[in-house]
Amino acid sequence: MVAKERIWELMEEVFDPEVPVLTVVDLGVVRDVNFENDSWKITITPTYSGCPAMKRIEDDILEKLKENGIENASVELVLSPAWTTDWLSESGKKKLKEYGIAPPVAEVDKSVLFAERPIVPCPKCNSKRTKMISQFGSTACKAHYQCEECLEPFDYFKCLK
Amino acid sequence: MDNALFEYLVRLGDDSLILGHRLSEWCGHGPILEEDIAMTNIALDLVGQTTSILKYAGEVEGKGRTEDDLAFLRYEREYRNTLLVEQPNGDFGVTMMRQFLFDAFRKPLFEQLVNSSDAQIAAIAAKSLKETKYHFKHSAEWVIRLGDGTEESHERVQNALNDLWRYTDEMFFTDEVDRDLESRGITFSMEDLKNTWQETVKSVLDQATLEIPTNGWQHDGGRKGLHSEHLGYILAELQYMQRAYPGMEW
Repeated sequence: MVAKERIWELMEEVFDPEVPVLTVVDLGVVRDVNFENDSWKITITPTYSGCPAMKRIEDDILEKLKENGIENASVELVLSPAWTTDWLSESGKKKLKEYGIAPPVAEVDKSVLFAERPIVPCPKCNSKRTKMISQFGSTACKAHYQCEECLEPFDYFKCLK
Repeated sequence: MDNALFEYLVRLGDDSLILGHRLSEWCGHGPILEEDIAMTNIALDLVGQTTSILKYAGEVEGKGRTEDDLAFLRYEREYRNTLLVEQPNGDFGVTMMRQFLFDAFRKPLFEQLVNSSDAQIAAIAAKSLKETKYHFKHSAEWVIRLGDGTEESHERVQNALNDLWRYTDEMFFTDEVDRDLESRGITFSMEDLKNTWQETVKSVLDQATLEIPTNGWQHDGGRKGLHSEHLGYILAELQYMQRAYPGMEW
């Protein structure tokens, strides 16, 4: 039988379809790997309820296992506990920044309307003089920012807690 | 089958399904690009929440219906959404007002439901609440900005509020389904929810310099499957593919 560690290693070769520098392990989407009733069960959780990448991630996981000779596997989607940006690995955050997406910084108190926005440093020039253009960005998990120093528009992987 | 639970899930799921569809109509028509993207993002969250809710409804029903079967293959009278969410988009102010009145209800609702004795409802609520907080912040800020903005924007959102107010009471519609679920700890007091909603709405509308309409007359019917004419048109578009090409997938 293949070792559980090997399955985890393979999971680190499956990339997020929308942020292709991150693996599904970096993202914290893969919650568990278990061998039950002669079959591997991979448990995953969505980042956002409507994340359209989940089906693709499921298919990619099964495909990766198949390529490596593991046919008896299934993927289960669970909602609880709900995903938070705290589950992004440190190396994942670093990879995001290198890719040009600012990693999540701090929780915004969403009960305070017009609250101060968190300071999100520009992933290109590190300036803290940035402004939020829109709370909602190119995918459900991102907000849209612009750097006032180098003028670069960039995505911010918004904090979800 | 647990009839009350199924009925409740369909009510919960249809609200987000129909509002999500309404918001998606803005795709490519937003007043500015950022808002176009915001509204479609919110639509995506709402449809995503619907997927989880109706999937569970199908499991509770136990007849093998999937979330897609429930979303695309029911008849108008079987939809249980409130009349508020099926009202037309109007201008951006109308859409934001409708969204705000709904978000101010949905956020405290999920805050209650995270403590549900039904583990799956609690999980869906915990997941959805994180998203709903962003939606509420977005719509409430726009209501304040537009209400306390120019003469024109003030007048338009005040008119939107006057038109939509008559659909707000229905969100707190209570019948034997709610009483049954509340007695089992699956749902919680609708009265508490209404109090929270009223406080939030009043505080935001005060900041927006808008006046709550005094006309007390209120519509209902949606929770019983009796809809305004708008739902038929929504369903014609929403269901078109599955009706024309049954079982099609892509």
